[in-house]
Amino acid sequence: MPAATARRQSRTKIHDKIQELSWNPTFATPVDKYPTDYTFEKAPKKDPMKQVLRSYFPMEEEKDQRVFGAMDGAVRGNMFRHVQQRWMEWQKLFLSIIPFPEISAARAMPLAINAVPNPEVHNGLAVQMIDEVRHSTIQMNLKRLYMNHYIDPAGFDITEKAFSNCYAGTIGRQFGEGFITGDAITAADIYLTIVAETAFTNTLFVAMPSEAAANGDYLLPTVFHSVQSDESRHISNGYSIILMALADERNRELLARDLRYAWWNNHAVVDAAIGTFIEYGTKDRRKDRESYAEAWRRWIYDDYYRSYLMPLEKYGLEVPHDLVEEAWNRIWNKGYIHEVAQFFATGWPVNYWRIDPMTDEDFEWFEHKYPGWYDKYGKWWENYSRLRHPNGHGPIAFEDVNYQYPHRCWTCMVPCLIREDLVVDKVDDQWRTYCSETCRWTDKVAFRPEYKGRDTPSMGRLTGKREWETLYHNWDLADIQKDLGYVRDDGKTLIPQPHMDLDDPKKLWTLDDCKGYPFPSPNIMLNEMSDQEREEFATQYKAGGPGGRYAGRA
Amino acid sequence: MADTLSPAQTPTQTPTGRVRSVPRLVFTDAEAGALEFPSSNSRSFNYFKPQRLKATMYEDVTVDVQPDPARYLTQNWVYGFAKAPGGYPTEWTAAKSSDWHWFRDPNQEWEQTIYKNNARLVRQVEQNIANARNEGAFERWSPGWSRIVAWHVGAWMHPEHGLGMHVFLPAQRDAPTNMINNAISVNSMHKLRIAQDLALFNLEASEARSDFDGKAHLEAWNDDPVWQPVRENAEKLTAIRDWLEAVVAANLAFEPLVGELFRGGYVMATAAANGDFVTPSIMGVAESDLERDLGYTKDLIGGLTSDQEHGRQNIELVGEWLSRWIPESLAAARSLAPVFSEAENSPVTFEDTLSRARERVRAILGELEIPTPKELDQ
Ligand SMILES: [Fe+2]
Ligand SMILES: [Fe+2]
Repeated sequence: MPAATARRQSRTKIHDKIQELSWNPTFATPVDKYPTDYTFEKAPKKDPMKQVLRSYFPMEEEKDQRVFGAMDGAVRGNMFRHVQQRWMEWQKLFLSIIPFPEISAARAMPLAINAVPNPEVHNGLAVQMIDEVRHSTIQMNLKRLYMNHYIDPAGFDITEKAFSNCYAGTIGRQFGEGFITGDAITAADIYLTIVAETAFTNTLFVAMPSEAAANGDYLLPTVFHSVQSDESRHISNGYSIILMALADERNRELLARDLRYAWWNNHAVVDAAIGTFIEYGTKDRRKDRESYAEAWRRWIYDDYYRSYLMPLEKYGLEVPHDLVEEAWNRIWNKGYIHEVAQFFATGWPVNYWRIDPMTDEDFEWFEHKYPGWYDKYGKWWENYSRLRHPNGHGPIAFEDVNYQYPHRCWTCMVPCLIREDLVVDKVDDQWRTYCSETCRWTDKVAFRPEYKGRDTPSMGRLTGKREWETLYHNWDLADIQKDLGYVRDDGKTLIPQPHMDLDDPKKLWTLDDCKGYPFPSPNIMLNEMSDQEREEFATQYKAGGPGGRYAGRA
Repeated sequence: MADTLSPAQTPTQTPTGRVRSVPRLVFTDAEAGALEFPSSNSRSFNYFKPQRLKATMYEDVTVDVQPDPARYLTQNWVYGFAKAPGGYPTEWTAAKSSDWHWFRDPNQEWEQTIYKNNARLVRQVEQNIANARNEGAFERWSPGWSRIVAWHVGAWMHPEHGLGMHVFLPAQRDAPTNMINNAISVNSMHKLRIAQDLALFNLEASEARSDFDGKAHLEAWNDDPVWQPVRENAEKLTAIRDWLEAVVAANLAFEPLVGELFRGGYVMATAAANGDFVTPSIMGVAESDLERDLGYTKDLIGGLTSDQEHGRQNIELVGEWLSRWIPESLAAARSLAPVFSEAENSPVTFEDTLSRARERVRAILGELEIPTPKELDQ
């Protein structure tokens, strides 16, 4: 049949023809399900990247075949004899989170389609919808394969449940819920496409895979590069919409607000997670391998901020230069990623993955890449290693290692780890802590029905039981673990462990080892304080750190 | 076990003597079965109950990916709408379920099935069109039939597109579980795909025949009185807020009464009599899509109408919806009556075709044990 299929209609004609499909309804119009405060009355026609389903489906099918071929090959080639446990354990967290943002992106597409009246962009968004179904299920399948073939399936086996009830899952869940809820353009265009996809998928889908490969896992790169290859179309969808939004001056204030919120929240959440996976989940300590900070500088600062965002200034976009610089400042000078990794490790008893102690070789690498690292974090990691096996002592969070358990940020839900940046404020009749002024602003100013004197009736709300510890205020640690279901199939050994040693049952922590440790909620305690106590607490907290040390203690 | 070599400690010397900095494989023995310890054999997702004894691939990659405060989501949704809760509120449909998570897509759609099926179908359509072109099939159409393809078959691309883009695509945001939303998202792609196929077929015909007016479909859809009730029906479907009502109105009323009536009942039957073998092959693909889409729709509705707690109420509700939407679709169908006698060879009558369409609805509702609304016979 080659002759028959050889002749193809010209691309331009095809695309013009496909534009004939939509029409202006006169009997009834699509229901306004998802409100927005943006206006697109004056939006110019903007053609995003064109997509014809006739070529799209076979193209993706071919990509799939390569992915499935690689999966078969990995299993037959015994890939898991070479993967690093330190790396795979973090995949229990990462792969529990990421299918949800993917599927949320699919669900976000009608928000954008409904908000933007121009049919030219609708096709691209519809194709993105099914792309995202692809991404979500292909990633679930990868995780399923890990569960089946990796030495320790515990944590993979409870994956979606654990994602739902763990503090870390909730942090990650913003990167997903933020796409589908609230003002349609804030959610589906600015937060999802302009920031999450355009800026942060670079670290997610490019930096993560290369680190995976360095740790013996070449399946994650295969799957995520296949996912990433759909991303340029999505970025183009978002770009068309933001240009259309910029054409109407009434949108500019909202764009400025949303970009500040979305940038900062993405930084707080994605850099926390991916930064930790890449820096603390790797065994690759070659001095010339790129650190997360270096990758960030290249992908996010240079490629995204300077080459993508800044050129939009001439169309009237207010770029949050200060927040880009401050994100870098947090990563480079304030140890953001190290503080987060230390917190994850402190919280190991309520995780559903194991965290490997750092060794001398790791110390050396950190000191090389982040000069001054040892003075801030070295001692604590030595303690972590010392306390890794149960031996009559408690988990590290309950031992005196000069680590003050942090308060959560009400907005980004990552704890307030950079102690000097803590902000305490009373919002909605509750004392809340924030990791930064921008997170306070997000809650108190941005996510409100009024902004700078104008009505913003469509803007979303921050909801839910945002401080995880509140759920378990003063519960016994072992009861919390049981309630979470983070227990292995013998009914007593924990899924989380602060080490990689599966060879000796005596080295594995059990529920019994965690009995007798009450776990209080910092936020409840904060709200029980008198005004004076609260002020003293804040002063003391802000004088603490780095590495979580108490104020006045070296 | 604990102290495996790191990639940095392994040799980086190449056989040529050139030193390259690359991570090297190290033996970690981290494969399944290397050790026995608690949960070392826990190799299935254990947080949901599979429909059968063992979870299918589809279930593994679909169930619980969209979390639910009624299951494990202890901190609840962390974003809300201005005036409504966030996430996936069950209130977005009037239907009720004692457990929305029971539903499984009978088509078991996930990444691999979606792309395999749709790629197969676009290839099939392209191949049929290519064969027709090579055999000069377009040129053999009579001028009268050619006008029908340009005008009526052309018009049909619009409802397919409208339903895909503005009925099913928004509905897949709204259902309370991932299983339901994914099934609806695949339905949306079927519609969009067939709409594009019809548009490109139309382009092909206009290139093959000088008398084929490639823009006629726009006039037919926007102005021809024969098509206005169909357009009205399609547009009204886009205005439904309740996601399940939209799916019911589209798949249980519009599709059998208008979609199948036109695609299968009219085009497929009439085209052959007029020497056209290619148009029916495209419509046939749409018909087989519908079988899949009806499959999930029937399972979904059937589960709700047989719900222990809310079954009776759901039967009534679906009945009300159908009483509202069947008359719309019957009116749309009736307006197409003149089309049935337009071709030189008209082997089927409108009344027979409409009776069959009604029977089809009756049969579907019978399967679901939903009383046939009296409006179907009016
Ligand atoms: Fe994606
Ligand atoms: Fe924060």
